[in-house]
Amino acid sequence: MPKDNSIKSVLIIGSGPIVIGQACEFDYSGSQASRSLREEGIEVTLINSNPATIMTDKVVADNVYLLPLEPNSIIEILQKHKIDAVLPTMGGQTGLNLAMKCEEMGIWEEFGVRMIGVDTTAIAITEDREQFRELMGKIDVPMAPQKTAKSFLEGKEIAQEFGFPLCIRASYTLGGAGASIVYDPKEFDSLLERGLQLSPIHEVMIDKAMMGWKEFELELLRDANDNVVIVCSIENFDPMGIHTGDSITVAPAMTLSDTTFQKMRDMAIKMMRSIGNFAGGCNVQFAVSPDANEDIIAIEINPRVSRSSALASKATGYPIAKIASKLALGYRLDELKNQITKTTSAMFEPTLDYVIVKIPRWNFNKFPGTDRRLGLQMKSVGEVMGIGRSFQEALQKACQSLEINRNGLGADGKELTNQQEILYSLENASWNRLFHIYDAIKLGIPFKTIQEKTKIDLWFLKQIEELIELERKVEKHHLDTIPKELLFEAKQKGYADRQIAHLLKCLESEVHKKRDELGINRVYKLVDTCAGEFEAQTPYYYSTFEYENESVVSTKKKIVVLGSGPNRIGQGIEFDYSCVHGVLAAKECGYETIMINCNPETVSTDFDTADKLYFEPVFWEHIYDIIQHEKPVGVIVQLGGQTALKLAEKLNRYGIPIIGTSFEALDLAEDRGRFSKLLEENDILFPKYGVVESAEQALELSQDLGFPLLVRPSYVLGGQKMKIVINEEELEQHVVDIIGEMGANHILLDHFIGGAIECEADAICDGEDVYIIGIMQHIEPAGIHSGDSYAVLPPYNLGDLVMTQIEEITKKVAKALKTVGLINIQYAVKDDKVYVIEANPRASRTVPFIAKAYDEPYVNYATKVMLGEKKVKDFNFNPRKEGYAVKIPVFSYEKFPDVKKELGPEMKSTGEGIRFIKDLRDPFFMKIYAERNMHLSK
Amino acid sequence: MKNETAAVLILEDGTIFHGKPIGKIGTTTGEIAFNTGMTGYQEVFTDPSYYGQILVMTTAHIGNYGVHDDEIESDSMMIAGLVTKNFSKTFSRVAANDSMENLMLKNNKVGISDIDTRALVRHIRSRGAMNAIISSDGTSIEDLKTQLSKVPSMSGLELSSKVCTKTAYEVKPENPICKISVVDFGIKKNIIRCLVERGAHVKVFPMHTSLQELDTFEPDGYMLSNGPGDPGVMADSIQLVKEVSNAGKPVFGICLGHQLLGLSLGLKTEKMFNGHRGINHPILNLKTGKCEITSQNHGFVVSKESIESNPIVELTHIHLNDNTVAGLAIKDKPVFSVQYHPEASAGPHDSRYLFDQFIANILKAKV
Repeated sequence: MPKDNSIKSVLIIGSGPIVIGQACEFDYSGSQASRSLREEGIEVTLINSNPATIMTDKVVADNVYLLPLEPNSIIEILQKHKIDAVLPTMGGQTGLNLAMKCEEMGIWEEFGVRMIGVDTTAIAITEDREQFRELMGKIDVPMAPQKTAKSFLEGKEIAQEFGFPLCIRASYTLGGAGASIVYDPKEFDSLLERGLQLSPIHEVMIDKAMMGWKEFELELLRDANDNVVIVCSIENFDPMGIHTGDSITVAPAMTLSDTTFQKMRDMAIKMMRSIGNFAGGCNVQFAVSPDANEDIIAIEINPRVSRSSALASKATGYPIAKIASKLALGYRLDELKNQITKTTSAMFEPTLDYVIVKIPRWNFNKFPGTDRRLGLQMKSVGEVMGIGRSFQEALQKACQSLEINRNGLGADGKELTNQQEILYSLENASWNRLFHIYDAIKLGIPFKTIQEKTKIDLWFLKQIEELIELERKVEKHHLDTIPKELLFEAKQKGYADRQIAHLLKCLESEVHKKRDELGINRVYKLVDTCAGEFEAQTPYYYSTFEYENESVVSTKKKIVVLGSGPNRIGQGIEFDYSCVHGVLAAKECGYETIMINCNPETVSTDFDTADKLYFEPVFWEHIYDIIQHEKPVGVIVQLGGQTALKLAEKLNRYGIPIIGTSFEALDLAEDRGRFSKLLEENDILFPKYGVVESAEQALELSQDLGFPLLVRPSYVLGGQKMKIVINEEELEQHVVDIIGEMGANHILLDHFIGGAIECEADAICDGEDVYIIGIMQHIEPAGIHSGDSYAVLPPYNLGDLVMTQIEEITKKVAKALKTVGLINIQYAVKDDKVYVIEANPRASRTVPFIAKAYDEPYVNYATKVMLGEKKVKDFNFNPRKEGYAVKIPVFSYEKFPDVKKELGPEMKSTGEGIRFIKDLRDPFFMKIYAERNMHLSK
Repeated sequence: MKNETAAVLILEDGTIFHGKPIGKIGTTTGEIAFNTGMTGYQEVFTDPSYYGQILVMTTAHIGNYGVHDDEIESDSMMIAGLVTKNFSKTFSRVAANDSMENLMLKNNKVGISDIDTRALVRHIRSRGAMNAIISSDGTSIEDLKTQLSKVPSMSGLELSSKVCTKTAYEVKPENPICKISVVDFGIKKNIIRCLVERGAHVKVFPMHTSLQELDTFEPDGYMLSNGPGDPGVMADSIQLVKEVSNAGKPVFGICLGHQLLGLSLGLKTEKMFNGHRGINHPILNLKTGKCEITSQNHGFVVSKESIESNPIVELTHIHLNDNTVAGLAIKDKPVFSVQYHPEASAGPHDSRYLFDQFIANILKAKV
């Protein structure tokens, strides 16, 4: 069954704004799918309401529709285009739900559109737990005891029968929304009610909790000829009881015998075949009893690409979405080539000669008052992946990638030693449990206790113990006495120079120098799907400490683009969008492009994006070693958000050229004192401000500035710990809080201009000329973080006087900062006066939005300017300006039910959508405008 | 006390790798080969087809889940030596009986860990199969090189007689539905399990046997097992297989059994530049058009050209990565064989249907 040639035009449905449980992994899969289909000569039409995606770029699809993910939008598209088939499996649950809704409404049938890559009965079965359970019974696949309740009373009866703990899950919801583990019968009633409410069909499943069972996932691909391959096995470090999206996961499975693995493989294949006939990807989750029986039960099956399949693709090098798309067209696996080796067959199962560890990234500090314990409902906002030649190395690298101010696991002086706190944390897992497991072992808490509380497999615990033993050996030495073998071993086990420096009580640079002298250098290995059995063509590398280096340096001129690390609130997919465009633009200019990033969900870490991908922590040591190896002409830092920008100072210090705006300018913009002076010199207004180091000084300064005050630590992301205070008491409290929690010694106090209108401008500058790509006006009054406000492009009620001022100031500031590349400036407008709140000479969150709304490749242009290949005047700007584009912030509050849904200067939204309106009479606009002051109730 | 410090691996072409000792302190030689499976190390190490080989495991960790008495393919470790990246001396599995380290010590096996196995595999991949020596007992490099130079090439070596059963034995299920005589060239236990599970009463004979002897069991069919070594030098066995395949009863050959069947039919076998060893090998069944992921372990292969020019042999399966011969059958006869391991262990169960097919052939022939 080769390709079905009757399919000439395909619609791909995206996953919409980023929410917890559905993040940029679907941009990755959607982009891959689109490219894969276009390779086959198919016209691809894409719908997604999320403008910050690569998939909605003209470079990816033929026709792009940034429309709400609603049946009406689908009808609108189908009226304009002859679509032969829809591929609904790339847009997560959202995409699938929309496709199902259209199916029910008969839309596909009406327009003669076939659904490919999916079977509607398969979706119905896998989402209706009762049907699914019945089917599993038929094919002899065991599951946890479970019953479905459609009413409160039914639920109570089931609980009586099962006993506690048990799990409640709401039917047809995302990322485990409405799912909870109930230990205490007292909590049961309210959780049952919430589950019933959250389910669109008012149905919950109640499962007997298989707490502590080992948890595994398999990623499958099937073709129309019913051939199936297992692309990857993933083991959860955190056993059953914690959502897999919130679990640390490892590939390949580390503690599974072949006997049990093959049983699981058989079950997975049987399950996939049983749910229906479709060609595509599928994820199956299992639990294994942690005893000698090794009983396997099925947890669930998802007949679509998922977060796990994105991870599996990055973990193995096997591009699941790309292949799944071709399978949906009718290709058989044996007709396709392995995309990495290009010579062997796609009909095979990747084998790894390395280990990957994924660690989720949480942002609990954005949701004060929330229950920080992990459970069945996903709470993380992003993830990182570490690749190493051992579990330990991968684990350390993943920890180094997290950007939580740790240098890895342990050896950074941040250990917890309070036994009670540690024991509590082991039992009540939160974002830091891994670190506390380390602390527990170090403190000598017996494995038995740790295992009882965490149920984590002993093998993993012993791996961590080995790390501690190694640290104890290293600690006995200092820089001059440490034997080469020991230093080598520490590096092999993933220790950063900084961690080793901590143990040897010396400087990071001294450790690096010592390594250089001893010849202990990073080498780079290939992710090749086949453990070296065949030669591979795809330049996808990770570092380790061994003998052979496979990364051959070319003679071409090279550019390094630093990625944005894990997604978190304030730094999400927008920056990956910019990085990818930076890479593509540099390629166009003839550079060999080198991408460094550690976020497995992204398009930037697709091995098809840059000429060379280093899947490495965006952590100084790793960056520096890659730069030493590759010797690029420079590094682009202004596209990867704060993650990349933070490294600018050190790059500069080490004499590594920063492409575009210089470090001095970046630093100047961040330094409130110098920046304010620059504004003053240019006769630009800004709110009165001051810098303090203590609450004492803050109170004093508040006399000068006057309340209300905006208080924040310097150098933060997404308004972290930013707060508006209205009196001395609040001020004192918040300053003490910041110092206590962050140890920050520079705290900024700004006079807050109450009742002002907020707006922001993005511009490209080549040092001489400035082009303003867009000005956006916020709908809510000043005081709400720009990421959390509705915003309109272009401004909807600013007069010419204000607009002219904004334009003039933007140009002045961009030039004064000697910007080369992008700049974003935030303004407060009151009484026709324009005040500069802050300036960021880098790609902002709004650049992708403006690029999409105006249909122009601004990041591409900016990158060419940064590289000095083009001047601003070389471009023929021609924005599509029709009506207005509204940016809609999207929150994931349902994941944090106990958090006050109020907005303020600290960003809380996880994603954004775009909505085009013709004029201001638009009912949607009227509504949000009318509600602009209700900002505290989103 | 064991010397924790150093072990060395030297290849025939003089390449030296340094690592840490695992298992017994000593020296061992053999042909170096690599296996890409990520699970099932114990099954692999006890597979008689690996006899005489120094095996490099490409997966990053070995030993994690210990060893289990039921997960063996023969009664002892068959590999000549082991090369790994990370070797877990401790393990975690409730069902496990012991650690991999202890199993090696019990079997007097020498190994080496902390090797850049990826560099080693890339080296072997480009240079082809060759001999190697591992030593952890402090023997000088010069002496080791001398010792290595005396190791015979795998090409031209008959090894089955070293690993096959010395005496015939029977395995009988509760309600047998047929009888099978098995010729043991180095059989994996799971082949027997797969036959017995399907109701076959089997009798396993040593390789040096005759058709008359096999027939004393009054079998309904014959099984030709897997095994190590070069099939080209096994003239007696080729003759035996010829007689077996002409006996008018169903025959099923696996791996070495497949190669011997091929040779008995006048086909040629050749040594591969690099063999297939792993549990992710894709096979296309040419009759059904369906694919299988298979477990493989072979360094010799039946030549495809020789099949294409043979009028009585049908090519039934091919390897999708390199189009080599993976299965053949005699036209119009219930005699077939595959190069790979349908019994798996370690590996996927996709090809178990071949045992069903064999039993079906037998039941059909019986009627």
